[in-house]
Amino acid sequence: MTDLPNQRSKPAPTWSSDEFKGRLARRHRKEAGLKFLGLAAIMLAFLMLGILLWTLISGGAQAFRQTHVTLDVPVSAEMVDAADPAGGNYRGVIAEAMQATFPEAPQERMRALSGIVSNAAQFVLRDRIVEDPSLIGQTIQIRVPVSDVYDQLKKGNVDELSDESTRRLSDADIAAFRQLEAEGRITLPFNWALFTQADSRFPELAGLKGAIIGSAYALLVCFLISFPLGIGAAIYLEEFAPKTRFSDIIEVNINNLAAVPSVVFGLLGLAVFLNWFGMQRSAPFVGGLVLALMTLPTIIIATRAALKAVPPSIREAALGVGASKQQVVFGHVLPLAMPGILTGTIIGLAQALGETAPLLLIGMNAFVTSAPSTPFDASTALPTQIFIWADSPERGFVARTSAAILVLLGFLVLMNALAIYLRSKFERRW
Amino acid sequence: MKSFGITATALSVIALSATAAAARDQIRIVGSSTVFPYTQAVAEEFSNQTGAPAPIVESTGTGGGMQIFCEGVGENTADITGASRAMTKSEYDLCVSNGVTDITEAMIGYDGLVMAVARNSEADWNLTLEQVYLALAAEIVQDGKLVPNPYMNWSEIDESLPDVAITVMGPPPTSGTRDAFVELAMHAGCEENAAAMELAEAAEKKSDWVKENCSRMRTDGPFIEAGENDNLIVQRLNTDPNALGIFGYSFLYENMDTLIDVHLNGVDAEMETIASGEYPLSRPLFFYVKDAHRGVIPNLQEFVDEYMSENALSDTGYLSERGLVALPADERAELQARVTSGEGDFSVTE
Repeated sequence: MTDLPNQRSKPAPTWSSDEFKGRLARRHRKEAGLKFLGLAAIMLAFLMLGILLWTLISGGAQAFRQTHVTLDVPVSAEMVDAADPAGGNYRGVIAEAMQATFPEAPQERMRALSGIVSNAAQFVLRDRIVEDPSLIGQTIQIRVPVSDVYDQLKKGNVDELSDESTRRLSDADIAAFRQLEAEGRITLPFNWALFTQADSRFPELAGLKGAIIGSAYALLVCFLISFPLGIGAAIYLEEFAPKTRFSDIIEVNINNLAAVPSVVFGLLGLAVFLNWFGMQRSAPFVGGLVLALMTLPTIIIATRAALKAVPPSIREAALGVGASKQQVVFGHVLPLAMPGILTGTIIGLAQALGETAPLLLIGMNAFVTSAPSTPFDASTALPTQIFIWADSPERGFVARTSAAILVLLGFLVLMNALAIYLRSKFERRW
Repeated sequence: MKSFGITATALSVIALSATAAAARDQIRIVGSSTVFPYTQAVAEEFSNQTGAPAPIVESTGTGGGMQIFCEGVGENTADITGASRAMTKSEYDLCVSNGVTDITEAMIGYDGLVMAVARNSEADWNLTLEQVYLALAAEIVQDGKLVPNPYMNWSEIDESLPDVAITVMGPPPTSGTRDAFVELAMHAGCEENAAAMELAEAAEKKSDWVKENCSRMRTDGPFIEAGENDNLIVQRLNTDPNALGIFGYSFLYENMDTLIDVHLNGVDAEMETIASGEYPLSRPLFFYVKDAHRGVIPNLQEFVDEYMSENALSDTGYLSERGLVALPADERAELQARVTSGEGDFSVTE
């Protein structure tokens, strides 16, 4: 006790003392270090994102354009019977057109030359003639995609100087293509087929229409089920449920479900929807059901958080003027919580859009050459389409895989931007 | 609460229409990922030619396809399954126990499994199956007993081989390609290995000994399971000129400019050598048709006819353009007659 006055008499460190300055400098250094670490973490994340986008864009950009060839096709009456235009020998007609384009080519080269145009050319021509049979006997001009190997040549992916045996195209093939190019028949327009065609085994014809529609159907079903169910569950838990051990268990379970790997939901879907209910494999409807199971916990959690954020004074005021609990929830709390709920839902749906594993298990990775017209028709979804294309040997699919990923990323960015817009537009601060 | 009522009604309507939609007009095909590209080609061609709805082709793997195919008879089951090996006894029994008794088997041709390396590899790769076995088996025979594979460099196996570390990328155990590789390369290589055969002769049954001791691939590094995606293997080979890859012939065919095949037992991997069986890693491909569905599922018979047409199957057909190695003409004619008619008995016995 006697020491105390002594201690007190010691001069207190002042703002200007060296000791204090040293401590301050150390604290500033530590703060700068923390700031730098945080910045470095962000920069690293951005670098990785940049590398990802750069590889995707550099690899996928080519797939957004497709080489086409313009051909003068003599549609002779011998090849196509006016009485039955759909049954004509269109493969033969295309071969004749190639013959006319390369009049001096020897007969044994004709098969190789016909290979310049895509297999789809005959069907494009058939559809034109069926639509307008009066074209029979005339020479018409059609613009059709070239087959994948020539598309790769046009895009500069074939090393012409390499040894002939190491290429798919012989020197004569390349010369023929260069001749077409010199005649101005080769064009490289935007590849609309990527969005207007369904899948195909030919890269030059393959598109994402089936996958986009399939994904849209699956998300629609997912939304129709998970949105009302999720909000209902959240309202009950937040507004009505008594706080008992039972509701605690439910809460823990919901949080657990949100973290369950998606493949588990896929197995559940396979066992319940396909094997037990006997629903159709590969249908976007079943995909939507499985995705709904996966999205439900996310929506419940987001909705509960949004409901909780509505100040109690609003509830109490409404109850105070005599509103029933139901009137309070639907008239006041829910509308005020809606922006938060929508944001959570959209983020949940965006997650569902990119989900692959559960869809693989219910067969949505099938090869389907037509877009689904109802949610019950077999179809693929965007992520499963990427999965299929990534596994195809043809060169053209390598670029198309990257392009499909870019399209998927585009949709994800759109959905997330919508969520941010809704939040900033309607969010109310109390 | 009203909106929940509406939702419930909507849900039951959807569920009802789901059952109604089960009556299908599309053919459903499952099965091997190796047969998948060929079935895909026929499906697309068939739909383009006839205007019929395109068959749904799903790649489930040979075993997975058999499971789905043998589930039973009826609209909710698959019509055709592809297989990169013949149906086994247990799969046939499963089919029969579920009422799938009338099956037609069609062997559509051969597929080559190749070992390939980047063109910029300095060495000239020429291996025997015995060397492949010694490089990749988990255990090999030395001094009369099984020991963990000691080889890390190709030159340790044989002086004439390049002095580089063994790096081989191949399919995972779930893949039919892996089964085929084990059977065609590892077992055959094992049987060429004198030290292993000494032990095998001493065993009760030679083939059982081989199956038991030569099937396991090593897991200590030199053999890398590269996943089901063969394009990834192709990319990895291009970055590492000393690595070898194992995949289907069609991937080599599409990447001729950067890859070259490893000669096995002195034979080049080409269409001709695969068809003749000279190239040691060629295997037959099959599909199986559920005969009870013919005439019931619309277009199934027509689809089988298209699959069996010369246009598809012959050596100048569109399947061979995709890398299928066609059957000889006389075998093909017999096959076409048998499969399109759906006649002839099929059963699998031990």
